[in-house]
Amino acid sequence: MDIILQFLNENLTMIYLLVFASYLGMEIISKVPTVLHTPLMSGANAISGVVVIGAIYLLRQSAPNDYFAMILGLLGITLATINVVGGFAVTNRMLEMFNKKKKAKS
Amino acid sequence: MEALTTLLNYTYLVSIILFIIGLKKLSHPETARKGNLMAAAGMGLAILTSLIYPIEGANNNYIWILGALIVGATIGLGVAKKIKMTAMPEMVSLFNGLGGASTMLVALVEFYNYPAATDPLNGQMITTAFALFVGSISFTGSMIAYGKLQGFLRDSLVLPAPQVLNIVMLVLSIGAGAFLLSQPEINFNYVLILLALSLVYGVTFVTPIGGGDMPVVISLLNSFTGIGAALAGLIYGNQVMIFGGILVGASGTILTVLMCNAMNRSLFNVVIGGFSSSGKAAAGTDGDQVAKEATATDVAIQLKYAQKAIIVPGYGLAVAQAQHTIHELEKILAEEGVDVKYAIHPVAGRMPGHMNVLLAEADVPYENLLELEAANKEFPSTDIVLVVGANDVVNPAAKVDESSPIYGMPILDVELAKNVVVMKRSMNPGYAGIQNPLFFGEKTKMLFGDAKKSIQKLIEEVGNI
Repeated sequence: MDIILQFLNENLTMIYLLVFASYLGMEIISKVPTVLHTPLMSGANAISGVVVIGAIYLLRQSAPNDYFAMILGLLGITLATINVVGGFAVTNRMLEMFNKKKKAKS
Repeated sequence: MEALTTLLNYTYLVSIILFIIGLKKLSHPETARKGNLMAAAGMGLAILTSLIYPIEGANNNYIWILGALIVGATIGLGVAKKIKMTAMPEMVSLFNGLGGASTMLVALVEFYNYPAATDPLNGQMITTAFALFVGSISFTGSMIAYGKLQGFLRDSLVLPAPQVLNIVMLVLSIGAGAFLLSQPEINFNYVLILLALSLVYGVTFVTPIGGGDMPVVISLLNSFTGIGAALAGLIYGNQVMIFGGILVGASGTILTVLMCNAMNRSLFNVVIGGFSSSGKAAAGTDGDQVAKEATATDVAIQLKYAQKAIIVPGYGLAVAQAQHTIHELEKILAEEGVDVKYAIHPVAGRMPGHMNVLLAEADVPYENLLELEAANKEFPSTDIVLVVGANDVVNPAAKVDESSPIYGMPILDVELAKNVVVMKRSMNPGYAGIQNPLFFGEKTKMLFGDAKKSIQKLIEEVGNI
């Protein structure tokens, strides 16, 4: 129990951050036209690939001969990068089409 | 060194701000593209920062890291460029699953690295256990969703007593996590048990949910991945991961709810087996009713001499890649003096906005697209409605049949038009697995075949008349 209290105390700022970020996330996306649901989901999905940073930290701290950590960490970086880069690129492609549509309108 | 650390802590802040503004802009049509680029820039900056952020006694392994980043980026870009617009939903699901897998791997290695003698009952370990749990669910769940949308897995694949199985798996996974943490010291075998159970739970969680609900599920799993990333961020005390992850977790949840609202269903209803569990009840209604078949010539004549025609596109249009062909038909008819519009159901296709993306690709002018309510006002005065590969979104059972799994979903009232022509590959029920009484309606005729070929035929026939 003490250990948990200690964790809660030490990470106070992080926990504050957690609470405010949740609120902000809900506030930002209150009214979205249906047309944008898919691109928004795809863009948010790319942001969720932010775990790549954890994988980078993990690898930077691993000993090169620690094969378990090295292999899984590298796989983690690769997969998360596919998520990030692919996610943003796909979102951009979708939104490009909407732009085309706007030009056709004018 | 100190100065560099301080500076880098603030570049993380810049990344976070870019994420927030990016997401905000992404939810408005005019700024969406800019928003996406801003979020991407934020991510690039965050990755760069994480590479140079001073870590005491780090081995760095830069060559390996850069290699993995380059491989991942190349694959990601390649896939994103090649993928057809129609396969977008499954793509998002696949990407999301990879993000979840990454969270899972990071948590797994962290467990492996904790010195065996530590008492597992502390905040760090609890967080890691949760990250492992959430990441694994997101991974296998997204893969199942991907399989369902790709058609590898059909909805007919039913697990025995899905609801019970689901609860049992959830209890088992949480139990395994609690057991792992209650041990006097870390036992990696128990970690692996938690991993295995969480992976299976992801499968049992998504499998019973019908394919028609997959967009909602993907959005939900997306917010799981965000939460997983935030939990992993707590392990490293990294603000960008916490903030970015939670931002996605929260906005993903809201987006999920918005999507459910568009279908007039509750999230609870979707997760606790909406379509698939009650699909059997409605499947038997086709009885010995016979649908009337039309020829392309009939339809072409009707179209050419109509004053007002409305096209209702659905997933079939996407599958057949017929967006350009339908636009061509629409232009030809417009030249003949027919008033042609498209009626877009918010959840037509496999994702909200799917049809908008598709028709935008074919340069269909925005003002020719009618939204649900506007379209429903137009149908009574419409001479002919051309339903192209849509099914559940025009199913009148949603209005009258309380036993129907889609009861209550707002639909396009195409049956109010003077004539309805349904273009479909076969009489098979739609993705939700429900029969459609519209097909047997008095005013309805069926035109069987691949949407693209049928439309091409119509174009020819209209020209011949």
